[in-house]
Amino acid sequence: MHKKLLIHLILIIFGITMMTPFIWMLLTSFKSPQEAISQDFHLLPDKIDLSNYIKAWKKVPFTIYFENTIIMTLFVTLIVLMTSSLAAFIFAWADFKGKDVIFYFLLSMMMVPMPVFLIPNYIILDKLNWLDTFYALIVPWSINIFSIFLLRQHFKTIPKDLIEAAVIDGCTPLKILWHVVIPLSKPSLVTVGIFNIIGTWNSFMWPLVVTNSDDMRVIQVGLSFFNQGEGTQWTLQMAAATFTIIPVLIIYFIAQRGIMANFARSGIKG
Amino acid sequence: MKLFSKKIIFLFLIPTLSVVICFKLIPIIYAFILSFYNAPLGMLEGFISFGNYRELLSSKDFYTVLLQTFYFVICALPFEIGIALFFAILLNRQLKGLSLYRTVYFLPVVTSVVAVAIVWKWIFKVDGGLANQFLGLFGSQGLKWLEEPRGIFILMANSLGFSIPSYLEGPSLALVSVIVFSVWKALGYNLIIFMSGLKNIPDELYEAAKIDGASNWQQFRHITLPLLSPTTFYILIMSTIGTFQAFNQIYIMTEGGPIGTTKVIVYYLYEQAFDSHRMGYASAISLVLFVIILTLTLVQRKVAEKRVFYG
Repeated sequence: MHKKLLIHLILIIFGITMMTPFIWMLLTSFKSPQEAISQDFHLLPDKIDLSNYIKAWKKVPFTIYFENTIIMTLFVTLIVLMTSSLAAFIFAWADFKGKDVIFYFLLSMMMVPMPVFLIPNYIILDKLNWLDTFYALIVPWSINIFSIFLLRQHFKTIPKDLIEAAVIDGCTPLKILWHVVIPLSKPSLVTVGIFNIIGTWNSFMWPLVVTNSDDMRVIQVGLSFFNQGEGTQWTLQMAAATFTIIPVLIIYFIAQRGIMANFARSGIKG
Repeated sequence: MKLFSKKIIFLFLIPTLSVVICFKLIPIIYAFILSFYNAPLGMLEGFISFGNYRELLSSKDFYTVLLQTFYFVICALPFEIGIALFFAILLNRQLKGLSLYRTVYFLPVVTSVVAVAIVWKWIFKVDGGLANQFLGLFGSQGLKWLEEPRGIFILMANSLGFSIPSYLEGPSLALVSVIVFSVWKALGYNLIIFMSGLKNIPDELYEAAKIDGASNWQQFRHITLPLLSPTTFYILIMSTIGTFQAFNQIYIMTEGGPIGTTKVIVYYLYEQAFDSHRMGYASAISLVLFVIILTLTLVQRKVAEKRVFYG
């Protein structure tokens, strides 16, 4: 019994340590600037004051940043779901020469560190005149090799007989995918979707490099520039950090089980 | 039986393959070619053969950056992995509130690096930051955290009243502060993977060991560690690859400073490519990074073949 209590104690202390930055962010976001940097230390704000949120939102065009990020995230996620379903369908059930070659080719591409792609892709996007457009933010990310592997894994649990029966009945492959496979794979499609939403929402280095005008800025880049520009106004910084995190937190709390199970399988880090 | 025609296979794979070829395969080849050119603006201008590599390998900056990257990896990994393993083992039992603990520990992983790095910058602020307020509670003097270029061993030695030679100074306190942040950010990910690895170890083994009178430590040493080794190995590789590519937190928290002591390889690459517009040189850096990561992965795999127990 004592042992259990001790374990809980350790886990709670560790939990508080892990949460401290978030708690501190929230508390600071409600304080007045004087309160936040005052010499005598208070933990709690005098009153819950949302004016930092309003001020931060008005200081730089966060509305545009949010719109851009939502557009980018929706498009990337929807297109990835389509391209990955198509490819996973083939990898799960088609037999053809070169299947293994293509499969290992994709696997090896997944192993290459992202910074290697950064410079040549920047130049390619420049040649295409795509820099500073949504194409640059969306097209290179419109496939996701990990999503293909994950979906293929789930598709394979559907009995092959079912697919064969559908083929014999004269169903076209696209119809089989749409009417047989997808209805049976909803949970895995949802997790792949959420996975891509979080990854795209949080993406930073890529949008930083391939966009430069204020109109094309996404939320993470906007937030980092806001930090460089208004770095001394910590109360505003914390308010902006909070509203950037909130959309992801909502999704996380709704879908955390699936997220963790798949993060555990992924090898993709935040 | 052949279920689908060649045409169908081709049509279903073409979206994926075309994007992979255009934005992954061709770029790798292009980066390789580019690394033999001066290419200030990314065009293939000014062939200089191995010039970029020669410059890279004889540049003092690059070695400093490399050393700092290794510091980063070597300091971050034991904590990222050790703490995660410790808490995964604590959580690997029937506990009330298990999913709440897990949710809390995993939270930093899903939140954006930019936002939480800004929060930590505020925590590490020299006057009035939470870290120094905390030190103040114990009556100790505040530290300069992200603004401190001096090495931590020098700082420790100074506070104990003796001095050490400069080659022993170790990573700067600024770099250590970034590492603390990175460990906090990545921990939860490793913890979740360890937890799923631990779940796969059958309870009967522990029961049998208990009957034979094995102590907790013996159970850990002779059951948990060997049976968990594939998971540990996976985490080790993933964490090495991940920490080698640290960029976002450096960009937000220190921009490579103070006096360049937090500059790691990807930050250096970014600076060369997009501030100094030396695309050829930066491509050479990216390929060196690739080779380092590939080598480490292969070496770890070689070592693992001997030591990892695959059941």
